[in-house]
Amino acid sequence: MSTATATPPARTSPPPRDTRRPGRLRRSWDKHWYAWVMVAPVVIVLGVLIFYPLGQGILLSFTNQTEANQLAEICTKSITGSEVCKPNPNAWEVVGLQNYADVLSGKVGEFWQQFGVTLLWTVSCVVFHYGIGLGLAVLLNRPLRGRGIYRVLLILPWAVPAFVSAFAWRFMFNEQFGVINTLFEAVGLDRAEWFADWKTALFTAVVTNIWVGVPFMMVTLLGGMQTIPSEQYEAAEIDGATPWQRFVNVTLPGLRPVSMTVLLLGTIWTFNMFPIIFLVTGGEPAGGTEILVTGAFRAAFEGIRNYSLASTYGVLILSILLVFSVLYRRALRKQGEVW
Amino acid sequence: MTVTPMAAPAPQAPGANPRGRSRRSPLASIGLHATLIGASLIAVFPIAWVVLSSFKPEQWVQSSELTLVKEPTLANYEYVLTQTNFPTWMLNSVVIAACTMLIGILMSATTGYALSRFNFPGRRHLLMVFLVTQMFPVAILIVPIYQIMAALGLINTHASLVIAYLTIAVPFCSWMLKGYFDSISTSLDEAASIDGAGPFATFWKVILPLARPGIAVTAFYSFLTAWGEVAYASAFIQTDDKFTLAYGMQQFVPQFNAQWEYLTAAAVLVTVPAALVFLYAQRHLVSGLTAGGTKG
Repeated sequence: MSTATATPPARTSPPPRDTRRPGRLRRSWDKHWYAWVMVAPVVIVLGVLIFYPLGQGILLSFTNQTEANQLAEICTKSITGSEVCKPNPNAWEVVGLQNYADVLSGKVGEFWQQFGVTLLWTVSCVVFHYGIGLGLAVLLNRPLRGRGIYRVLLILPWAVPAFVSAFAWRFMFNEQFGVINTLFEAVGLDRAEWFADWKTALFTAVVTNIWVGVPFMMVTLLGGMQTIPSEQYEAAEIDGATPWQRFVNVTLPGLRPVSMTVLLLGTIWTFNMFPIIFLVTGGEPAGGTEILVTGAFRAAFEGIRNYSLASTYGVLILSILLVFSVLYRRALRKQGEVW
Repeated sequence: MTVTPMAAPAPQAPGANPRGRSRRSPLASIGLHATLIGASLIAVFPIAWVVLSSFKPEQWVQSSELTLVKEPTLANYEYVLTQTNFPTWMLNSVVIAACTMLIGILMSATTGYALSRFNFPGRRHLLMVFLVTQMFPVAILIVPIYQIMAALGLINTHASLVIAYLTIAVPFCSWMLKGYFDSISTSLDEAASIDGAGPFATFWKVILPLARPGIAVTAFYSFLTAWGEVAYASAFIQTDDKFTLAYGMQQFVPQFNAQWEYLTAAAVLVTVPAALVFLYAQRHLVSGLTAGGTKG
């Protein structure tokens, strides 16, 4: 550890009263300075690129700033070529909690409707992601002819960039010539007007997202299953456990750490999943399938850009997710999970 | 708990059902294969359909007649590659994704190492912050970052996108790389430190070379994240010659007169390189992700 002990710049005569605290800091610094130096670039980037904008966003949500009133001064070119600036009479101002009141009371935007759609979207996607992913992982975790081929084929959807998948499914769900309607007709069903009703439109987006997301769950859970020691299965078998009992009593508990992580991440990712809704339904019909994230994006970047409204949405979404993950962790703690 | 990297799927995985193939009843065997074949078909069909459609002329792409191959032609590809800005968008995407990847990896490699090896004050908080950044909706950062970019005069430049993508890539890369460094035995660090190497030398000379596969995978994954991002690209970029693929391709499918035949061809061109890279990288990817996740 020769280089590790290179002394940091020595502090000259600390004030006598303070000897204990700087001493502790110094000891901590001596011991951990290289770790802190190593994480410094990322901490700085996080600070500048994430937490500073985050603070800005939170502040913005307490104002009424839009594209139209964001300038504090209006400058016009006079005939002589010099610029004359006057204070903008309609400049943005701090409005306190007005945005939150407007959004939550439904006066502006469609928060509660979009919240409902987001919940439906998140729950259905995550349930199917996890259920199908777990099922396929169990099947693939057996000795099986052609396992490698199945694995590659089932992972393929993950290899396609999400925006391409979104386009592909919108193409297939096309009402006039989409292959899904064509198949419906071939088996004697009526063609469906997918995007005329918000339920069927949301269904198309959910199907797309399930298709996109299952491989991740499958591969992650498969990886988790392969870390379960095979002795546990052997012991269960000696005890006469049926395959179902082995699944419930060995596989599921063994998967717990992985499951808990992917379920949390999956929920957060799906809640914030922008491209699928944006590109598959585009909010059709008439904003009926908009989730909170796409709704906020439209507020921010379509028509007159309403920066403060979008930020309000953002703060609300973040708060929902934070509350969710705190509750989630607390539930895990109660069950004795150390995480 | 140690999560071993799944370098190659062993013929008989450790956790696999120890019963041999022979003891499964033929009926169960058929059911198993039927389910997997069905699932594989669903997984492959949309991709196959887009590929097949990309070789059809326009009237057959937009036809309700069910055909797999009809008058195959390369005209769609020719049009996309020569008559549109697609090659420019492709180049833009490559440049942006490559910059994001390089800067992201360079910044996060040491962080991943420190998080994996040293129990320093603030470590748990930093790990928590990485998790929390996963929760940030695009909606909360996009406006302030947009305004910062506007103040710096960076709107409609590639730099603005690279900076925005770093907010996604840096926490993610640090988290992933921590998982990889965790899977490298600490006895190597100890050996290096006995030989008189400091932590930086150990990291640079011993651990980094060993982690090369993990770094490659993390790099590819952050490349693909930037490659497919839609929201920031839609908000920050305004002129045709600066579009990325994800945004540019929306030009083929406006509300009316969607040109699906060109979209399908473009989709294939976008996917092939990404898919090749991905299929190479994925089996390493997951071990890193779960390792990072479970060891938190």
